[in-house]
This record gives sequence, structure tokens and C-alpha cells, in this order.
Amino acid sequence: MAAEITMNGPIARLGRLTLERLDAMGDISVFALRTFSHCLRATVHKRDLERLIPQFHSIGTLSVPVIMVTGLFVGMVLAIQAIEQFRAAGLENRMGVIVSLSVVRELGPVLAGIMLAGRVGGALTAELGTMRVTEQIDALRSMGSDPIRVLVVPRFLACLLLTPVLTLYCNLVGVLGGWLISVPIFNVSNWAYWTYTELAVETWDIASGLFKSVFFGATIGMISCYKGFNCGQGAQGVGKACTESFVAGFVVILILDFFIALLLKGAYEAIWGFKMIF
Amino acid sequence: MAGMSNASSTIIEMRQVYKRFGPLEVLRGIDLSLAKGRTTVVIGESGTGKSVLIKHMIGLIRPDAGEIHIDGQRVDPLHEKQWVPIRQRFGYLFQMGALFDSLTAGENIAFPLKEHTGLSDAEIHDIVARKLDLVGLDGVQNKWPSELSGGQRKRVALARAIAMDPDIILYDEPTTGLDPIRSDTINDLIIKLKDELAVTSIVVTHDMTSAFKVADRILMLNQGQFIADGTADDFRNTRDPRVRAFVTGDADLNIIEESATPPTRGESS
Ligand SMILES: Nc1ncnc2c1ncn2[C@@H]1O[C@H](COP(=O)(O)OP(=O)(O)OP(=O)(O)O)[C@@H](O)[C@H]1O
Ligand SMILES: [Mg+2]
Repeated sequence: MAAEITMNGPIARLGRLTLERLDAMGDISVFALRTFSHCLRATVHKRDLERLIPQFHSIGTLSVPVIMVTGLFVGMVLAIQAIEQFRAAGLENRMGVIVSLSVVRELGPVLAGIMLAGRVGGALTAELGTMRVTEQIDALRSMGSDPIRVLVVPRFLACLLLTPVLTLYCNLVGVLGGWLISVPIFNVSNWAYWTYTELAVETWDIASGLFKSVFFGATIGMISCYKGFNCGQGAQGVGKACTESFVAGFVVILILDFFIALLLKGAYEAIWGFKMIF
Repeated sequence: MAGMSNASSTIIEMRQVYKRFGPLEVLRGIDLSLAKGRTTVVIGESGTGKSVLIKHMIGLIRPDAGEIHIDGQRVDPLHEKQWVPIRQRFGYLFQMGALFDSLTAGENIAFPLKEHTGLSDAEIHDIVARKLDLVGLDGVQNKWPSELSGGQRKRVALARAIAMDPDIILYDEPTTGLDPIRSDTINDLIIKLKDELAVTSIVVTHDMTSAFKVADRILMLNQGQFIADGTADDFRNTRDPRVRAFVTGDADLNIIEESATPPTRGESS
């Protein structure tokens, strides 16, 4: 009796929860390792490469519109928020700088990542979760095929490779969005907008944003496939897995963003020293 | 006749196999030995673990305890990779078909052929047409699974299961959802595969007509153990009320549900 009570105490519950989480971490690590090992092999086999094409289409091509809209509005809203302050300080010529740096370094990669976690991550989890619930994944196994190789690898690679490309689109459209508000509407000089942008935005800024987005892409691909593969029974299980996949993707992207930013800042300062924007 | 000469040799053997899902004990000490080239039918009420049983034979589910041997090789401790060559000897018809939604019917049947053989597209195309013909379907190659009826889906799934000419076929309710004529086509197919190619079949079914027609041996699973084992005639003439109730489909005789509590006598009828 006494033992039972202690086993349900808050500390025991915490312990159980911790163990469960660690278990899940172990599971996803094994899943990730198996995926990586197949990814390396996938580059040699023709059939594996063939499976990539439809994923490139559904993950990459079909995400372009939503990514463009995201970028456009992010750039526009940044410009709207900044213009009055900048004008008051007499810095409106530098509008391009603030918009472009924010978009390229931070907002482009993160918001593109989050959009993709929703659009792509949700769809992948739903697709793989449905395949699990309807025993299609077991059917693959029963035919002697490895579901990770057939299903996960092409989706993971497409996420990994295309998220940076989509982020690039998002950045570009974001800068254009800032221009659209600053130049035609608030009469900032076109020449100044682009000149100062060019001066302020270094290859490093663009590269660091894209560097992050590779990790965001990997996160989305891995989490959504894992959640789909481990989804519970029925339509309810699929729905739950989709929600979990999106939330986990979102949170991990934000956390990763923080640590990668920290790392990159350290690296930049070690190489070039502190950067003055103005 | 082909399979009869080695009918005595065992192809699948299970020893004291246990399996539970959380609190639910599904298999409770299964002992089973299946002869090569024979058709064994497994019957039992819904939810009693028939699908779980045959999934053990192909490694989709691992037992909690016990041993599984295929052709003398112990398979239950094998890794997923080591299962690959063994699974290629099997065809598995899933209860719900489990067709790949993202592939057409033809591509579904072609899938294992493309994965595991070096056959040309033309050869694969021919095999697909032949297998579809065997299950009494034709011209559905380019349809999506969502465009097919339930029975058509099941038959496409069966065509996929036999695409690689397996020597062991696990059928999970092959005739459920089919009209009587189509059901009989499937029964004939099971018999034909046995007679012509010496295929070993395990058929899970609720359809007693089909069971009696195809079975060399019938097993009845109940609460995680086999409660009856015999030929079709043994089952027709059985006295065991649990078996009789199932065979005749008579709910009044069915005391299986209540077997935990003895039936009360004093009921007015
Ligand atoms: N992967 C699983 N996880 C948890 N429980 C499971 C799993 N697979 C099966 N079960 C449970 O095991 C029991 C037996 O299931 P099984 O599918 O083998 O039944 P069945 O005899 O095939 O029934 P039916 O005739 O309706 O197909 C069921 O209660 C089911 O809920
Ligand atoms: Mg079943």
C-alpha cells in the first residue's frame, strides 16, 4: 500500500516522465542514425534518386507560393514598423539595412522554417501516419523493403536540401517587401535603399541564415517522419501526431535558432570582431 | 500433387509463443507446426489475435517469449535486415489490403518486383497483368486504390502478395467483403497455388464455406490458445459447443463470451 502511494507521488511521476522522454530521445536518435546511414547510400542508387523527384515537387515547388507570401509580408511589416522611428532619427536612407539584415539573418530563415514546419511537416506526418495506421508501412516491411529507406530518406533529403533554397526565396522577397513600403510609399530614395543594403549585408549574413535553415530543414524532416512513423491508432492518432509534429518542429526550430545564433556570433567576433551596423 | 511428397516436413514452427499488448494478453503459449505445401485455416472470433498470430510468422510482430522457426532456422531473434531474405519467400495479404495510396494498382503489384528483381519494365508489365488475371481482375492497372471498390482493393492486394511467386502465403481474410462468386475465385486460386506450385498457405478467415473448401487443416484460436485442431470433417462433426457455435454461426450456442462466468441455469425461456 505504502509503496503504491510513493510510486504515484510527484517525484515518481517526474521520474517516470523523464524516463519516457529519454526513451523517446533514444528512439528518435536511432531513427535519425538509420536515416543518415541510408542517406549516404541513397546518392548512389538510381531507384533511391528517382524517389526524390516527387518529394522535391511536393516539398519544394508547392511550398514556393506560401514562402513568398511569408517573405513579402515580413519585409513589409518590418518596414512599416521601422520607418517612423528611422525618419525621426533622420536615418530613413538606411531603411534597407534594417529590413535586409533582419530578414536575411533571422526572420527569413526562422519564419520560412516555421511555415515549412506547418505546411510540409504537417503533411508528411499525416501522410506517413496514415500509411502506418493503414498498415502500408508494415506492408513495405512484409515485402522485404526498408520503410526508412523507401519513405523517410527521400522526404528527409528533400527537406534538408530545399529548406535553404526556399529560405533564399523568402529572403529575396522579404527585401523586396521592405523596398515596396520604403521606396514607392514612404519616398525613401531608391538609390539609398539599395546602396546601404549592399554595404551592410555581407555574404556572412546570408550564409549564416542559410546555414541555420539547413538545420531547420533537417529538423522538420526528421521530426515529421518520426512522428508519422510512431503515430497512434486511427484518425485520432494521425491528428494527434500532426499536432505534435508541428509543435515539436516549431519549438526545436526556435531553440536551435538561439544556439546557432550564439555559435555564429562567437565565430564572427572571433574572426572579424564586433560589427557596427550604422 | 507436387507438395504432397514433402508434406511431412515442417515449414513453420512456433513454440510456446506469448504476446501481450500492455495489459492485454493476446497469445498465451502458442504451439504450432505447419506442414510444407499444405493449407492451414485459422478461425476464431474477432479480436482474438489471428492477425497478430500470422504477423509473428513474418516478423512484423516479435514475440515476448517463445521461439519461431522457419524451415529449421530460428527467426524470432533476427534483426530487421536478416529478415529481408526470409520475407521474400512470403506473400502477405493484409486484412485491409494495405495498398500504397500513392501508387496505382499496377504500380502496387509491380512494387516488390521493381525492388527485388532486375526485370525489365515490359516483363514486369506482363507479370502484373497475369497476376491481376489470376485474381479475376483486369484493366485496373491504372486506377488508384481510392478508385477501387473494397473487394477490388483486396484482390489487387492479393495480386501484389503473389507477385514474387512466394512459397508461403499468409492470407488475412481473403474473401471478406467479396461476393460469393468472387470468393470462390479466391478459393480456387488458393487451391490452384497449392496444387501447381506447392505453396504453403495460412488462411485466416471467418468464412466457413471458404475454410471448408480450401483447408487441409483447421485451427481454432480462442483466448490466446488453440482450442481445436483438425480436418474440415472434424470441424463439421464437432461436439465442442464453442467450435460448433462458430462453425454454424449460431449465436445461441455461443457461450464463448460468457465463458468466464458459467451460464446461469434458472433463466426462463
Ligand atoms: N499493435 C498493436 N498494439 C496494441 N494492441 C494490438 C496491436 N495489434 C493488435 N492488438 C490487439 O490485439 C487483439 C487481437 O488483434 P487481432 O488483430 O489479431 O485480432 P483478429 O483475431 O485478427 O480479429 P479480426 O477477426 O477482427 O481481424 C485486439 O484486441 C487488438 O486490439
Ligand atoms: Mg484480423
